[in-house]
Amino acid sequence: MLKDITLGQYYPGDTLVHRLDPRTKLILTLIYIAALFTAIVYAGYALVVLFLAVSILLSRIRLRNILSGLKPLIIIVLITGILNLFYTKGEHLLVHFWRISIYWEGVETAIFMALRIMLLIAGTLLLTYTTSPLQLTDGLESLLNPLKKIRVPVHELAMMMSIALRFIPTLIEETDKIMSAQRARGADFETGGLIAKAKAMLPLLIPLFVSAFRRADELATAMESRCYHGGEGRTRMKQLSMARRDWIALAVGVLLLALVILFRRLGI
Amino acid sequence: MSTIIKTEKLVYTYEGAEAPTLRGLDLEIEEGTFVAVLGHNGSGKSTLAKHLNGILIPTSGRVLVDGMDTAEEQNLLAVRHTVGMVFQNPDNQIVANVVEDDVAFGPENLGIEPREIRRRVDDALTSVQMYEYRNHAPHLLSGGQKQRVAIAGILAMKPRCIVLDEPTAMLDPVGRGEVLDTITRLNRQEGITVILVTHHMEECIGADRLLVMSEGSILMDGSPRELFPRVEEMEAAHLGVPDTTRLMYALNREGYQLPLEAITTEECAQALLRAFGHKE
Repeated sequence: MLKDITLGQYYPGDTLVHRLDPRTKLILTLIYIAALFTAIVYAGYALVVLFLAVSILLSRIRLRNILSGLKPLIIIVLITGILNLFYTKGEHLLVHFWRISIYWEGVETAIFMALRIMLLIAGTLLLTYTTSPLQLTDGLESLLNPLKKIRVPVHELAMMMSIALRFIPTLIEETDKIMSAQRARGADFETGGLIAKAKAMLPLLIPLFVSAFRRADELATAMESRCYHGGEGRTRMKQLSMARRDWIALAVGVLLLALVILFRRLGI
Repeated sequence: MSTIIKTEKLVYTYEGAEAPTLRGLDLEIEEGTFVAVLGHNGSGKSTLAKHLNGILIPTSGRVLVDGMDTAEEQNLLAVRHTVGMVFQNPDNQIVANVVEDDVAFGPENLGIEPREIRRRVDDALTSVQMYEYRNHAPHLLSGGQKQRVAIAGILAMKPRCIVLDEPTAMLDPVGRGEVLDTITRLNRQEGITVILVTHHMEECIGADRLLVMSEGSILMDGSPRELFPRVEEMEAAHLGVPDTTRLMYALNREGYQLPLEAITTEECAQALLRAFGHKE
């Protein structure tokens, strides 16, 4: 059933990683990505991998879940690897046949690039696995707050995002209902080629759109009735608050980046 | 008692429509009363409801909420803070992903301090008996529960009056009972003015005052006990009467002398018992 789809792939839990403020996790993810792209030497890479491994262990997210999240990207990883393998020129020739030559440097770059992409995805997966979509939205709104000064509608964007999240299950339920109704009238959603299937979706999409617009209109009226007048003067019941663990986590993140830069300078 | 809502020659014509939907309503609503507005489809009852907190602005005439004219832009927030509105479709008025976050939405808009919001949210959810569901996702609740969450969302703003626009139209009988019990209790115990717009006669039985609307005007105005016995007039407005009145009306036409104003099930049963109970 469509209803069983879980959203945002959030795995609820009560570990240290789950309890961190969403802002901390967002900043840590950025630091982690920066460190990942700064690391060009073995020691740097090892440090980044260590950081991710410890985070995963602390979050008690199963490695299997992270690996299954990586699966859709396997082709991109492979292509990147193969291209780097063939196109990197170096000094230590390994194999040479016809017009293709593979160098030792190519093998090295291929492995590093593949690893880099996988680590990048694994890190962001850990963020969405341990932070509910709503917390993420709140965190983003709070972090982007300074942009309000240059007239970026931060509050409105965050509100749109959280309303979208709120209505996804409602609209999925409705899609289910319309599908059943159309099936009862003889509609066929399963058979036929790509174009036939796309055509079959039309009688599903039109009522769904009409109803979505009606819902949007009613919701806007209801929100106005509840004194909604934009972000100005609005307070929040649940305040985000940075605890000591957040500052410690950020300090660890900064240390990670500093060490990776140091290793790069030293060229170890 | 003081007047909380007053309409003066309220006329409203929808854009593009030829005839006005509301034809010059003069209405005064006392604070603390439970008013039911009854009317068939197209009688203008929902249009009237939408005027009471400034969703619609009169084409001519005025609507005064606690003395404030709803047509004046700067009054709008205060008007909506005084008169809360609950709509028909519970799904389309819930904003947040978590029950308690949704209830907090109104007070957050009013800029109330976080700790006070927390207290109001807990009080409001307790008051509609949904406290144990505070961390649930709204789409997993039943229709009646969702509607009670919507009522809590309004309660948390501490309005003096709540307008409910056909709040039970999309609910099953159980959900309808839950919602009715809740609003009756809010009126009786917390003294909140309730204006219930409906086309179910049964829902009007507990009201202090009943307004019957037809063709954009107020046809009858009085207590349910005064109005429901006027069966012929009610039917002329394309409305029925509660099953209790209908039963006694039918019996009276067969020559019995039963009181038509016994409108609650209990009163009706007692009246029947008095008339037939001891003639075995």
